[in-house]
Amino acid sequence: MSHDHDLNGAEILLKALADQGVEVVFGYPGGAVLPIYDEIFKQNRLRHILVRHEQAAVHAAEGYARATGKVGAVLVTSGPGSTNAVTGLLDAMLDSTPMVCMTGQVPTSLIGNDAFQEADTTGITRPCSKHNYLVKDVNDLARVIHEAFYVAKSGRPGPVVVDLPKDVVTAKGRYIGPDKVRHKTYKPKVKGDIAAIEAAVDLMAQAKKPILYLGGGVINSGLEAVALATKLVKMTGFPFTQTLMGLGAVPASSPQYLGMVGMHGTFEANLAMHDCDVMVCIGARFDDRVTGKTSTFSPKSKKIHIDIDPSSINKNVVVDIPVVGDVGHVLEDMIRVWKAKQLHVDEKALKSWWREIDGWRAKDCLRYTKSKKVIKPQYAIERLYELTRDKDPIIATEVGQHQMWAAQFSKFDQPRHWLSSGGLGTMGFGLPAAMGAQVAFPEKLVIDIAGESSIQMNIQEMATLAQERLPVKIFIMNNQYLGMVRQWQELLHGGRYAESHMDVHPDFVKLAEAYGAKGRRVDKPADLDAAIMEMIETPGAFILDVRTDASENVFPMIPPGAAHNEMLLGPEDEAEKPSSEDGMVLV
Amino acid sequence: MTGKHQPHTHRHTIAVLVDNEPGVLARVIGLFSGRGYNIESLTVAEVAARDNLSRITVVTSGTAQIIEQIKAQLSRLVPVHKVVDLTNEGPAVERELALVKVAGIGEKRVESLRIAGIFRAHTVDSTNESFVFEIVGRSDKIDAFINLMEPLGLVDVSRTGVVAIARGTQPL
Repeated sequence: MSHDHDLNGAEILLKALADQGVEVVFGYPGGAVLPIYDEIFKQNRLRHILVRHEQAAVHAAEGYARATGKVGAVLVTSGPGSTNAVTGLLDAMLDSTPMVCMTGQVPTSLIGNDAFQEADTTGITRPCSKHNYLVKDVNDLARVIHEAFYVAKSGRPGPVVVDLPKDVVTAKGRYIGPDKVRHKTYKPKVKGDIAAIEAAVDLMAQAKKPILYLGGGVINSGLEAVALATKLVKMTGFPFTQTLMGLGAVPASSPQYLGMVGMHGTFEANLAMHDCDVMVCIGARFDDRVTGKTSTFSPKSKKIHIDIDPSSINKNVVVDIPVVGDVGHVLEDMIRVWKAKQLHVDEKALKSWWREIDGWRAKDCLRYTKSKKVIKPQYAIERLYELTRDKDPIIATEVGQHQMWAAQFSKFDQPRHWLSSGGLGTMGFGLPAAMGAQVAFPEKLVIDIAGESSIQMNIQEMATLAQERLPVKIFIMNNQYLGMVRQWQELLHGGRYAESHMDVHPDFVKLAEAYGAKGRRVDKPADLDAAIMEMIETPGAFILDVRTDASENVFPMIPPGAAHNEMLLGPEDEAEKPSSEDGMVLV
Repeated sequence: MTGKHQPHTHRHTIAVLVDNEPGVLARVIGLFSGRGYNIESLTVAEVAARDNLSRITVVTSGTAQIIEQIKAQLSRLVPVHKVVDLTNEGPAVERELALVKVAGIGEKRVESLRIAGIFRAHTVDSTNESFVFEIVGRSDKIDAFINLMEPLGLVDVSRTGVVAIARGTQPL
């Protein structure tokens, strides 16, 4: 169409986003992106969610992407707009969340001149994005946008930044559709090597003490991969554990589920990881929060590692059978090969392995001392879970103790219902992420489980909730402390609580009201259920300020620098002070 | 698959074929600095203008596990076409060029010229009190030459870093 030659850059951008199926963009305007906002103004197809801080735009796009499986889209201006987005980009990078972030840039003629609101965005975002582009010619724009979406969602997903100088978005140019764009170099391998897959299933059939260790890669691979993972669990009868990012990949209600693995994982999951003879890691990456001390990590096992990213193989832990490929494709082949070879598990060995595991389960490691006087944080999450489970809520979290309790005491039977910042551990993630999920699912119950400190890192998004009428429920576990910092100070720094207590916090109920929402405070266990019901039943956004026991710590815990079989189960273990000098230097 | 943890570090020469686009070298260098890998030498130049390809030759050292990581990390950069470990993949020719400036008079000046002859270095600049030698060879040959020039009035050295290519009929 000759008509296509007459589009300006902003029109090309919007057309490209439409062709990529983008329905929502989270953003914030500014000088360099005004021509793009002008185009957004003139149309009704693309919905723009106006956030109150660019970091929140990126987290909202992450929440949207994780809840839907689609690519999140962000639009921010140059300079401070792009630098504010950086934390979100790195968060998305570490948690493999697909996203395209479009940043404004000063006109090409001014680049390098220290112009007003100029930042070297491609330079700054290079190590915190999967890839980035600076578009210097309007005729490259459509191709770059299509490539950006392809790169963001292919292979190991991640954030892609497209920097758009103002003169490029105002210049006239040519549009090309996504079907015309083929990436020259980036073609990740999705099918696993069949010889490796055969070796893997043979090893699994011989296993006496197997464990399946599932991560966020299962969920990222798609709903088919999730179904295949459940099938593999049922077919083998193997015990399985999930990482923080993998919660919901296979239903937590499965009797074979041992709970979460890692620093605050369950006793049975961590001991099974430590004592197993065959470990099948599926879409996880042996993160230090999972492995503890790597030199003593699962010393007796042969390890199979399925990952789409070759650089994840042998990075932290050396494995015996790596399978590079997409989880869905690899699991499909594994199940097919297993059946074709008519393999069977070693039933007798498995039975005795389960007896051993049941012994660990009997420890009931998540038990805590109940109280009628103060609300125990674990109790708060338990009640929230029980009172909302029939509504199948999407749970977002901030970062810290509340996040770990939420992970331990909520049970997810479906993927894409748990939104948490795993790799980067970004306080302030939860509220905007919940907002993004609520935009995707306006009718669903979306809850941000927060701490009183984390919530304040992006509290300004209460205004976005009001403007967009997003009924996000904010469940603040308020203990007046940076709880996880305080826990580490108690464990590793002789109880010297340097700067981890905050004497001043806002009145969260009044704060909710100030933003046109509703709020309530609760400090007695007996009132908790009614307060939770009020939160759920009140239309619109709601802050429930739950005053919890300030001295409670998260257990079980693998202290920093310790192995899986050196867990602290409760305050009584803490007294032994097992932490070493080595542990003090670890994060 | 690599073996279990190996404490020994080895020197590897890795060839990387990349799209010749802005920022590609920064991506490669940033990967090495950001992840704490060594760069002993790095060269880059366009090698196929029509296909817009550049070739980066990087000499690095590390344990087998680290070298494997470096290759995997390089491979997943979006503009990277190919990563070949020339040290692992069989015989390769490595060359480096150096310009070596030696200043002096009398016996030392004569001696430097004599050694340059032994090393088949060319004299590319000469004054009454100095020479600039151009020498091509493996890095260890250049090291040896520079060491010999040291007592003879060595004042400046400029080296290209290693370029390398596999022996035999096959392209990268």
